Amino acid sequence: MMLTVTSIYNKRVRFLDSFIHGLIYLCASISILLLAGIVAYVAYQGISEVSWSFLTTVPSAIKGTFGIAGNIINTIYIIIITLIISVPFGVGAAIYLNEYAKPGKLVSLIEFTTETLSGIPSIIFGLFGYVFFGQTLQLGYSILTGALTLALMVLPLITRNTQEALKSVPSSYRSGALGIGATKWYMIRTILLPSAMPGIITGIILSIGRIVGESAALLFTSGSGYLLPKVGKYGEGLFQKILQPGGTLTIQLYLSMEKGEYESAFGIAFVLLIIVLGINLLTKYLAHKLDVNK
Amino acid sequence: MSEKGFSIIGSYKTKNTVEKAAGIIFTVCALFAVIAVFSITIYMIISGTPAIFEVGLKDILFGTVWKPTATEPSYGILYVILTSIVGTFLAILIGVPIGVMTAVFLAETAPKGLANIVKPAVELLAGIPSVVYGLLGILVLNPIIYKIEIALFKDDPTHQFTGGSNLISAVLVLAIMILPTVINISESSLKAVPKHYKQASLALGATHIQTIFKVIIPSAKSGIVTAIVLGVGRAIGEAMAISLVAGNGANFPLPFNSVRFLTTAVVSEMSYAADTHKDVLFTIGLILFAFIIIINLVLNKVMKGGNNDADSN
Repeated sequence: MMLTVTSIYNKRVRFLDSFIHGLIYLCASISILLLAGIVAYVAYQGISEVSWSFLTTVPSAIKGTFGIAGNIINTIYIIIITLIISVPFGVGAAIYLNEYAKPGKLVSLIEFTTETLSGIPSIIFGLFGYVFFGQTLQLGYSILTGALTLALMVLPLITRNTQEALKSVPSSYRSGALGIGATKWYMIRTILLPSAMPGIITGIILSIGRIVGESAALLFTSGSGYLLPKVGKYGEGLFQKILQPGGTLTIQLYLSMEKGEYESAFGIAFVLLIIVLGINLLTKYLAHKLDVNK
Repeated sequence: MSEKGFSIIGSYKTKNTVEKAAGIIFTVCALFAVIAVFSITIYMIISGTPAIFEVGLKDILFGTVWKPTATEPSYGILYVILTSIVGTFLAILIGVPIGVMTAVFLAETAPKGLANIVKPAVELLAGIPSVVYGLLGILVLNPIIYKIEIALFKDDPTHQFTGGSNLISAVLVLAIMILPTVINISESSLKAVPKHYKQASLALGATHIQTIFKVIIPSAKSGIVTAIVLGVGRAIGEAMAISLVAGNGANFPLPFNSVRFLTTAVVSEMSYAADTHKDVLFTIGLILFAFIIIINLVLNKVMKGGNNDADSN
């Protein structure tokens, strides 16, 4: 007896260990089942709703159709305008923080506010956008109001991803460029930004994901229009649409849910799921690419 | 002209202006975040305070009756605040242990093939719009909770049936929603623990479980705390997912009561509120904003603490 106990080949089985081991497996299977169940359920309920006419028509009582084409167009509008506003500011801020700033009070203030901005819940952005862009700047419920609001929201995402990418550019690139006589701006423009491009694009794609999924910040800013833009002969309606209300896919999902139209809600949810999946795969691919560059 | 272009001094001048301009532009860009946060803060205060003077701070914060559209309106949001605190706390209580355990599973005990499938799935779920969680909450969770409610309160004539839209449903939706966030961040902080910690612990004769709970988790503490704080932030700030699941009655947060959160109060009434009612909704927004700022300050402290740990190692 004594011999077997002291032998290292006869490990004492600790009851607590196996108990905790079981607990870990239990918790993991709960999360995995839950999460897999969510995806499967949405796919199962939604896939039958999605058809060509669902994707290409707008809701119309006369024709008796329900489609999300208008919402898809609105979503694309908001994505483009938001990015046009936030990408230059976000990338510029990252360049400042990484290349120009010297550690000090200002930098920690900027970093703290960027951190805060990313933690503010979307409903607060919604209230702010509603008051500031909608009322103070008189933009009302419009795609532009929504895009300005979201631009603030995704700014930290772009700044942080660009910063990470800039940090990963070897400092020898910088000294090399400066050493052969390039000015700082020239060095940033021709060496740093191209090397940091995968990181910047990752930030942009993550922002698109956030914009697509956003609802609370948009409900009171961009409103809930679902019609296609009325395009005139020379495309003038395309720009007027910017100042008109327009609900994104997620807003339409919320509104359908509120009205109890669960079939169309699941159809939209399925479309969103596909978009999110696509965004995830794209980010993965880019992150992989970024790794190769290292 | 072309000669001037070749002159060192001429090009130095233009280059110098360009350089200076670039520097200034980047600084302005960087200050944008500061300006944004300050203007959001100022606007939240400007639009949130009038109601405090109109109704009185005490009546808003400690009143328990929410009847904004009655002839003698009452704007007490004590129960709404309590609901947000209790709801978030319960969601964290359920979501964090499961999330952290799953992270341990993914980082330590899972077979490699399984982890490679589960990890991307979790990342995918972190990106799913919160409204989708709400949709599933209404269609899947509410009926189940309603059945339990009927079974529990069959003989209780005083109970107001909620049809499953109550605190429990909202808490469960929130708990599920924060899972991906908690799992992702905890997992990456567990993975970041240096390999030799684990090797040393195992070499000293500790079992794998002992190593996980006595060595790896304590070393990854700051990452896990960050995950929890972010989870709290996400849970307290979530509006759309729970606005239709929670039932929306301004009641005391008991499990089977129809409840209203700070966020859902704003979402559900903003579209038709006017005058004082609207002002009070902005006050609710201000209170929520104050909560978030506090959470952020805590997070900032935790992150800094984590960095100091890393430096001293």
